Amino acid sequence: MWFRKKVKARPEEKLKLPDGLWVKCEPCGEILYRKELQKNLWICPRCNFHFRIGCRNYITLLLDDAHLDEKDKDLEAVDPLNFPEYKKKIKSAQKKTGMKDAVVYGLARIGGIPVVFTAMDFGFMGGSMGSVVGEKIARAIRLARARRFPLIILSASGGARMQEGIFSLMQMAKTSAELALLAKERIPFLSILTHPTTAGVMASYASLGDIIIAEPGALLGFTGPRVIEQTIGEKLPPGFQRSKFMLEHGLVDLVVSRKEMRNILIKILNIIWESG
Amino acid sequence: MKGLWLDFERPIIELESKIEELKGIRGVDAEINKLKSQLKKLKKSVYSNLNRWQRVQLARHPRRPYALDIIKEITEDFIELHGDRCFADDKAIVSGIAKLADYRVVIIAEQKGRDTKEKISRNFGMPHPEGYRKAMRIMKLAEKFGLPLITMVDTPGAYPGVGAEERGQAEAIARNLFSLATLEIPIIVIILGEGGSGGALAIALGDRILMLENSIYSVISPEGCASILWRDAARNKEAAEALKITAEDLKKLGVIDEIIPEPVGGAHIDVAKTVDNIKSAIIKNLMELKKIPIDKLISSRIEKFRNIGEYKE
Ligand SMILES: [Zn+2]
Repeated sequence: MWFRKKVKARPEEKLKLPDGLWVKCEPCGEILYRKELQKNLWICPRCNFHFRIGCRNYITLLLDDAHLDEKDKDLEAVDPLNFPEYKKKIKSAQKKTGMKDAVVYGLARIGGIPVVFTAMDFGFMGGSMGSVVGEKIARAIRLARARRFPLIILSASGGARMQEGIFSLMQMAKTSAELALLAKERIPFLSILTHPTTAGVMASYASLGDIIIAEPGALLGFTGPRVIEQTIGEKLPPGFQRSKFMLEHGLVDLVVSRKEMRNILIKILNIIWESG
Repeated sequence: MKGLWLDFERPIIELESKIEELKGIRGVDAEINKLKSQLKKLKKSVYSNLNRWQRVQLARHPRRPYALDIIKEITEDFIELHGDRCFADDKAIVSGIAKLADYRVVIIAEQKGRDTKEKISRNFGMPHPEGYRKAMRIMKLAEKFGLPLITMVDTPGAYPGVGAEERGQAEAIARNLFSLATLEIPIIVIILGEGGSGGALAIALGDRILMLENSIYSVISPEGCASILWRDAARNKEAAEALKITAEDLKKLGVIDEIIPEPVGGAHIDVAKTVDNIKSAIIKNLMELKKIPIDKLISSRIEKFRNIGEYKE
């Protein structure tokens, strides 16, 4: 048995997000005062929509001592297809986010339990998965397998990164194959879905969690709503592909508020994972 | 004429119809022969210099042989097996058991429709989750009886619709990838026409990935890419070039193992020849794969995908 630190209630940290005095809530349309929203962990007080907060904030919110022992920090995209504008886009995303690419991973503890923690960042080219994201996810899965630590992946992604063409598509196969090996070792994989997670990421590792937990109001699915509307030639009903819809259609296990996420993860791991 | 020509084939048809016209006339044999040799040269130059968008057009050619046309010719006793045992029988994916030369095999294939009625019943080759779950059931059946699996890919993509989302299109695709990775039988994948993104990949994780010479395989359609990047679907030619989606491209990028040659002008010009080429490629690969112990097969299958991608550290 691991020695488990007593779970202490976390102070509601102020999560850092870009400026602007007023913010509009996308699903409900409410205009919200930025400071109030920040105090509420970027959760809409009216409709419970969870705004995007970026991967660094999840490290603060979910991990013991807000600490991630990050691995492969410097893994960086090349431009394998010589795709128009790609190099420029990577540069500007790096400048904007301070990250090398759209995912971070490493070792951490949650409620004293050692885990491999992985989080995507939609702010970096829409959280798109190219070779770097695929490789880092694959390495995270292998690390979880080697150390026999539970794996947690928090996803936020518009899907495969077009600019790396077929390589991006193949990252779906790569990551899913690694998960198949992890599953054979009976090591748990918890998948957390945040707004939005769609397409290539949703159609690979994000959907393969032993337990899948969504944040409220997140847009989750394979095809984005705009393309579906174009295909069927009509407007989609409100709430389509949102977390509640996913829960009702049996596609996620739980919808959990950001405020409760850490506690739920600890409870789940304490039940399904007995290492040692 | 054989009907349905592509725009870049115009000079060829014009020359062919000129030859046809002369055929009725006496004393022009020399002229005809001259034109015929010209035609041969013209064909060679047109078809050996196809740009990527022209490949796309050939891959989507309305007369291109579809999965069942091929299965019918390369197998004996093909018995189609239907349904996912859960929701429906998705006709955009056909599956079944068959004999192929000296082998007993299981086949899973994406299937487009030829006429309007069939196109609709096959949903233009765009599977729903139940199609992928049928594929899952059949691959497990193949594994249970130790039969090699042959999958054939030909789809614009997984269907983007309301029901597909409600029934978990993403999960169905992901689950297939997960299962194929460690499936304890040899798996041969053949891209026949269009390899459209996740909808194609869902049945395309295997030990050998083969592509017909004029097929394409891409993370997104050229039109989709153009409309996202440049908000202009008409820039599809540029997008096709940028995405690098031909069999030749993918062989160079190390994503596929082998290119199956097509007759000059495309698979539809000589279906019998195309079918022969596919059959011999399958037999050759089955022979090789059958010799490899299953645990070795699975580890090199995973290793193959592990190595795809480029980055620096
Ligand atoms: Zn709201």
